[in-house]
Amino acid sequence: MRQVAIVGVGMTKFGKSEKTLIEMGAEAAMEAINDSNLKPKDIQALFVGCGASIVEENQTIIGGFLAEDLGIAGIPAPRVESACSSGSWAVALAAMTVAGGYFDIALAVGVERQTVLSTEFNTRMMASGVHSFYESPTGLSFPGVFGMATHLYAHKYGIPLGRLKDCLAKIAIKNHRNAAKNPKAQFQKEISMETYYNSIMVASPLQLYDCSPISDGGAAVVVTTADIAKKLVPKPVHLIGIGYSSSGSLCGQKDFTRVKARETSAKIAYNMAGITPKDIDVAELHDCFTMAEILAYEGLGFFEPGEGYKAVERGDTEIGGKIPCNPSGGLKAKGHPTGATGPAQVYEIVKQIRGECGPRQVEGAEIGITDTMGGSFAAIINLILKKGW
Amino acid sequence: MEYLLTVSKFREALREGKFLGLKCNQCGAYTVPPKKVCCECGSEDLSIEELNRNGKIITGTVIYVTPKGYPTPTTVVLVELSDGPWVTANLINWNPEKETIMEIIGREGVIGYRDVPAHDFSAGEQLALTFSLK
Repeated sequence: MRQVAIVGVGMTKFGKSEKTLIEMGAEAAMEAINDSNLKPKDIQALFVGCGASIVEENQTIIGGFLAEDLGIAGIPAPRVESACSSGSWAVALAAMTVAGGYFDIALAVGVERQTVLSTEFNTRMMASGVHSFYESPTGLSFPGVFGMATHLYAHKYGIPLGRLKDCLAKIAIKNHRNAAKNPKAQFQKEISMETYYNSIMVASPLQLYDCSPISDGGAAVVVTTADIAKKLVPKPVHLIGIGYSSSGSLCGQKDFTRVKARETSAKIAYNMAGITPKDIDVAELHDCFTMAEILAYEGLGFFEPGEGYKAVERGDTEIGGKIPCNPSGGLKAKGHPTGATGPAQVYEIVKQIRGECGPRQVEGAEIGITDTMGGSFAAIINLILKKGW
Repeated sequence: MEYLLTVSKFREALREGKFLGLKCNQCGAYTVPPKKVCCECGSEDLSIEELNRNGKIITGTVIYVTPKGYPTPTTVVLVELSDGPWVTANLINWNPEKETIMEIIGREGVIGYRDVPAHDFSAGEQLALTFSLK
């Protein structure tokens, strides 16, 4: 296999947009292509991660339309669907096909346009990530899945729910504080403990500020070989580990405070990279809900199972802490246009390694990890990136 | 081999008063919701059996922002059946203003079902399992 490198990244501002899926995707893609010192005609394959283009715009084969928009109709351009990890799968497939020698330069784009759908329809659409026949007829929503995880975690580890809720509040406050330093984030304002606790209950015990928002946005990543990369850009970032796993229904996983798919995926990624969790300088992880951030800390091996909440109390995951998590603001405050989330996490880690993050820069970051989760812990991708110059 | 216990067969049985699952003829484990193979050992050598309806609450949530078409609030629980598998169900005959989810974790109850109307993307009429505390 050939060593893979990332030579360019791009992303739109996340939030509410008047632009179409193709327009947002093309904007992010061109930024990534320009960042790579390439032209669209240099791209040999396009992988587009998008969870729900068919209900958002009644649009399928979005890859073909996006290639046409970039003036490169004719290249292979499949859409990859894996719910919220669609975009990370697009990056992973671009990397795997380059590593395997099918293509020398591939483009991965993630895009989603969810503000065109009502909250109740979005809630149903996102709930398509639990089993359509044996789970979703109960009305189980995604905030509901993580509400159940929160209660189960508190019960299993004997933590008073109030103490755990204070930790969830601290995660929301941290991610908003980070997003306020990220010009591409959906929310540019900090929140207080009071704001958090005064917000509506969405799915007990999770309130509004425990939840990532409904967002529009696109993000893109150009992948090539390490050999080609060093001729193109002064600061290539090497993709040294790819981890992946899946699981099915929520009920079939039983005790999901230990996310088996994440533990499997992370192990594959760390083994491929030849590193351990202690070597990670910065992480962008899947905080679709505040509780999900704690489960990710533990699944990625930063803290022992049942100990992740204490890391929040100590401030270990703040910028400047032991292991800074979600310096971009995370899904929680940067926004979560589902298909775009994975490439946007890669965007942040690449910029962190290049030292281009200004007030939210993690000093000296050389190795970073992304963590993206689709469905109810059902499709996890981890990407490990390292300074390549 | 043909799919042994399909969604439509599983629902039809519930409406006739039978809560069906699969028993593995190799390892003895029960699989429900039904699957092509045993959830424990992966064997395709399965028999349809009526399951015990008793179980206990593992966790749950009271959903206030519900998916389109669902009443507010809707309570969803994960139940561990006395036969072993976990299922997702609606908690019914319970008032979320009188007790919290934390207080009912571990409580025992009984599985039932309710019909759920079709919507645009549901492939027809739906059915959800229910759970009533003893």
